[in-house]
Amino acid sequence: MTWVTQGILSFLAAAGFGIIFNAPRRMLFYCGFVGMTGWLIYSTFNQYSGDPMQASFLGAFTVAIVAHLFAKRFKMPMIIFSVAGIIPLVPGGMAYNAMRHIVENDYTTSISYASRAFMVSGAIAMGLVFAEVIIQLFFQSTMRRKKKK
Amino acid sequence: MSAVDKEIAIDCCLLAGRLMMEAGAETYRVEDTMERIAETQELSATHSFVTPTGIIFTPGSPYHTKLIRIKNRSTDLEKVALVNDVSRKLSADEYTLEQAYAKLKEIEQANVMFPLWLQVIAAAVASGCFLILFEGIWSDVPAAVFAGGVGFIIATKMQELTKVSFFAEFVAALFIGLIGYGAISVELGTELDKIIIGSVMPLVPGLLITNAVRDLMAGHFVSGLSKGAEAFLTAFAIGAGVALVLSF
Repeated sequence: MTWVTQGILSFLAAAGFGIIFNAPRRMLFYCGFVGMTGWLIYSTFNQYSGDPMQASFLGAFTVAIVAHLFAKRFKMPMIIFSVAGIIPLVPGGMAYNAMRHIVENDYTTSISYASRAFMVSGAIAMGLVFAEVIIQLFFQSTMRRKKKK
Repeated sequence: MSAVDKEIAIDCCLLAGRLMMEAGAETYRVEDTMERIAETQELSATHSFVTPTGIIFTPGSPYHTKLIRIKNRSTDLEKVALVNDVSRKLSADEYTLEQAYAKLKEIEQANVMFPLWLQVIAAAVASGCFLILFEGIWSDVPAAVFAGGVGFIIATKMQELTKVSFFAEFVAALFIGLIGYGAISVELGTELDKIIIGSVMPLVPGLLITNAVRDLMAGHFVSGLSKGAEAFLTAFAIGAGVALVLSF
């Protein structure tokens, strides 16, 4: 699948979630953009390393950085941009497989899927928190520099 | 400043906090906003304890500690933005306290949601997109779009009717499973797993899961755990609904 299709589809999906979560109308485009960058980073790393955890971490990290930049730019809470962007990264498929194997009485496989889903959601949260801390450090240091001048 | 004004200021803090929490804002942001509003009204020794089900706010002596209950939570990012805007303008002295309180009351009453049909279309389109993003095949897209749209309508309507979100999500997931199964049997679809995963995505508590872990990492253990429990219940409802179809 080409970059362009992935980009367009993830943009549409994230903007769609922007509508479901009732993001401010003017911001829908930016919600879609955040989702697109996050997904493209995620899928690239997923292809090269084959490890969904690292890829989700990097995807969520990018989403949070871009969301912060938009939040500063438009003076709006960061959550507006990050929520729609995070959704494509959520391990829905893994959680589904875990549930499906439980129904089929295959508990061992289901536990391995469930723990992977848990690890991926942990990685997403870590990506968000790390990006937030780094952005805050960055803004604090630039503010201090401005004050000195 | 008079005591009456202070009481209004305290109510203003609580109302802002409740509106934000109901709209799905992060715990730390709610506390931050409440503290900021309090600071503009010269209430300095404030403490707030924010959980997804209630807020306790103490403005320091001689004023009384107040508690406000949060009954229903949804995701309404526009409200978060509006309340944030009010607190920003109050800090910048663009609003007086009375104006800010009136504005918050207005936000409480206003319905700023997108119309339902637009939300349904958005959910349907997102389902179709997710199907392809999760390496599904193009011929399955119509089934996923239809299942995603129907699932979303059922979830919203059942939520309005029964007020029990667990049940609403269970029924919605059940119907998504049935539609997927039906599409396979009349040969309008080939991969049942992918169709179901794609169309279930609009119901998945992605925001709750990430917010829960973030709250835990930020040290808000009570709200982190309760959001985690809510996310787990939702995921379990969806899983159980789909599982019921799969088990036949």
